[in-house]
Amino acid sequence: MADAPDTRPMTLVQAVNDALDVALSQDPRVLLFGEDVGMGGVFRVSDGLQGKHGEARVFDTPLAEAGIVGYGIGLALAGMRPVAEIQFAGFLYPALDQVLSHLGRYRHRTRGRFTVPMVIRAPYGGGVHTPEQHADSPEAVLTQAPGVKVVIPSDPMRAKGLLLAAIEDPDPVFFLEAIKLYRSVKAEVPSGHYTLELGRARVARAGDAATLVTYGGMVEVCLKAAEVAAREGVELEVIDLETLAPFDAATVMASVEKTGRAVVVYEARKIGGFGAEVAARIAEETVWSLQAPVLRVAGWDAPYPPFSAIEHHYRPDARRVLEAVRKVLAA
Amino acid sequence: MTPTDGLTREHGHELLLDMLRIRRMEERCAELYQKTKIRGFLHLYIGEEAVAVGAMRALTPDDAVVATYREHGHALIRGVSAEKIMAEMYGKQEGCSRGRGGSMHLYDAPTRFYGGNAIVGGGIPLAVGMALADKMQGRERVSACFFGDGAAAEGEFHESMNLAALWHLPVLFCCENNLYGMGTGIERAQSETRLALRAASYRMSAWDVDGMDVLAVEEATRRAAEAVRSGGGPHFLEFRTYRFRAHSMFDPELYRSKEEVAAWKERDPIELFRQRLRDAELLTDDEDAGLEALASDEVERAVAFAEAGTWEPVEDLERFVLSEPAPQREVAS
Ligand SMILES: Cc1ncc(C[n+]2csc(CCOP(=O)(O)OP(=O)(O)O)c2C)c(N)n1
Ligand SMILES: [Mg+2]
Repeated sequence: MADAPDTRPMTLVQAVNDALDVALSQDPRVLLFGEDVGMGGVFRVSDGLQGKHGEARVFDTPLAEAGIVGYGIGLALAGMRPVAEIQFAGFLYPALDQVLSHLGRYRHRTRGRFTVPMVIRAPYGGGVHTPEQHADSPEAVLTQAPGVKVVIPSDPMRAKGLLLAAIEDPDPVFFLEAIKLYRSVKAEVPSGHYTLELGRARVARAGDAATLVTYGGMVEVCLKAAEVAAREGVELEVIDLETLAPFDAATVMASVEKTGRAVVVYEARKIGGFGAEVAARIAEETVWSLQAPVLRVAGWDAPYPPFSAIEHHYRPDARRVLEAVRKVLAA
Repeated sequence: MTPTDGLTREHGHELLLDMLRIRRMEERCAELYQKTKIRGFLHLYIGEEAVAVGAMRALTPDDAVVATYREHGHALIRGVSAEKIMAEMYGKQEGCSRGRGGSMHLYDAPTRFYGGNAIVGGGIPLAVGMALADKMQGRERVSACFFGDGAAAEGEFHESMNLAALWHLPVLFCCENNLYGMGTGIERAQSETRLALRAASYRMSAWDVDGMDVLAVEEATRRAAEAVRSGGGPHFLEFRTYRFRAHSMFDPELYRSKEEVAAWKERDPIELFRQRLRDAELLTDDEDAGLEALASDEVERAVAFAEAGTWEPVEDLERFVLSEPAPQREVAS
């Protein structure tokens, strides 16, 4: 980051827009497309990019997700650097055949002769009163696709650096953006080009009492819980995974070995969610350092509800995280 | 324009009233959205009322209806009460989906209303499956499926057209071509913009209809539904219509000009029909005011009902995900 000294306050939407702008500017192979992307997209993430980079590189597709992903695979195989947008992560489902059957399998099938350097961006997650598919968190499904990386940033600065790294990465990368974070925070973001390494988790807050393992939209929730706990003298460590696949076990295990207690926080359905993978890895690799069972705080085993008085019970909040923390501390 | 000859006063009033019922309900929904009584998504049908009103007339209570996320009008005209619709939009458990559907997922078993659907194109194969079941059971029913022009780009649309035609299934495809899929104009999304022509390429009867003319919609749907019902295989109607409002509640509408919208508003289906009734001396000022009053009263009752509704208890959040075991009967020991 030494060569990018200036910073500007940006929302996550602006940071992603900025990353796309940088990528389009520096690599003529980069293409941006999806439903209504040319006009700026549903969340205005691509605002101004068609005007600046032209309709040949920033364009709308018909309403057909399987095609969007499939054409992207073809473009990538043929030497381009496609960045496809799916309007909501829940609209990836019509494209799951392309994702699970094709996207990540080329490198392996061809023993590295064919590769698919493609990025698929999608807003995900709840907290803004949108129901069902418009609030889904399908990251665990995506981590089940072999040969695919899954990245979920938790703030504007990291979103930009991670997205640029994803676009430059030789493998297909899913880049999920928490809708809740799109405009809720502004933070300093370096101008120009910089990347943050994929496949690395980070310590978002250091502590020794227990480890909260989380990612994306739940990072702010965990940081808030940690703040509350700190007022009672309990220092929680918050690990932001950032990249779910490949999974940075070393960072997670180092923390759990230190604290002896872990709570995994994610907003997808609890059963089979990515938190189950994290809990299993902790059990496999560092069970002897545990002083309490690993707990999960997650979405309920039901579709994400529409706006109503119950929505906020579905999506984990600091209160639920602290309840779990109390349990692991009491064990 | 279809002539008004033979149109009775009563029939004309019913059609006008039904269009007004949708319009007034949705205008109120937009206000309630501003007041955050309704949140999340709200896709208004304003401008397209003639399609649902005309088409529903041609269906019998035995038929099934599958719709999209822009389905408030379809539900209302199919017979779901405005109260239940409004309560559903509020997320109250007195709503037609017990508050778990919201604006995009209105369902109602008694009227065989198989829902809104938040996924574009998602309902089309379902309608084909229901039609297959009817055919297998020898039932003379129609499965009517509403969807937009944008949906015609999805793979499911083409798979469904093919199967319905191949197996000669009793489906009525009702395509609401309002020229846009969100912000993408049809000419930028479809290689052949005459969607009826594309349907015809699957070898099914298909034609386009002026979707701003409620009588034309009713007549075409009657003809098509009768043919489907009597074993004529799938039929496809392309209703040419236009949405007057934004796609949903946040849409800067950068993709179309004010002039274009104004030109279409000149063909407002309600005003067009109202004028025709007046020209044919089938509607007096008093009658008109009476219909307006009926529509407004219904909306007010619906809002009051929704306001008085209750929230589902949190303990029920995980209910109805899977079938629940029947309550245990006391067994005498
Ligand atoms: C599978 C899927 N992709 C994208 C969307 C987002 N989306 C909602 S409505 C819409 C446009 C649909 O256009 P059309 O079928 O013409 O229906 P209209 O809204 O015009 O009634 C889009 C892209 C979605 N809901 N589902
Ligand atoms: Mg449309």
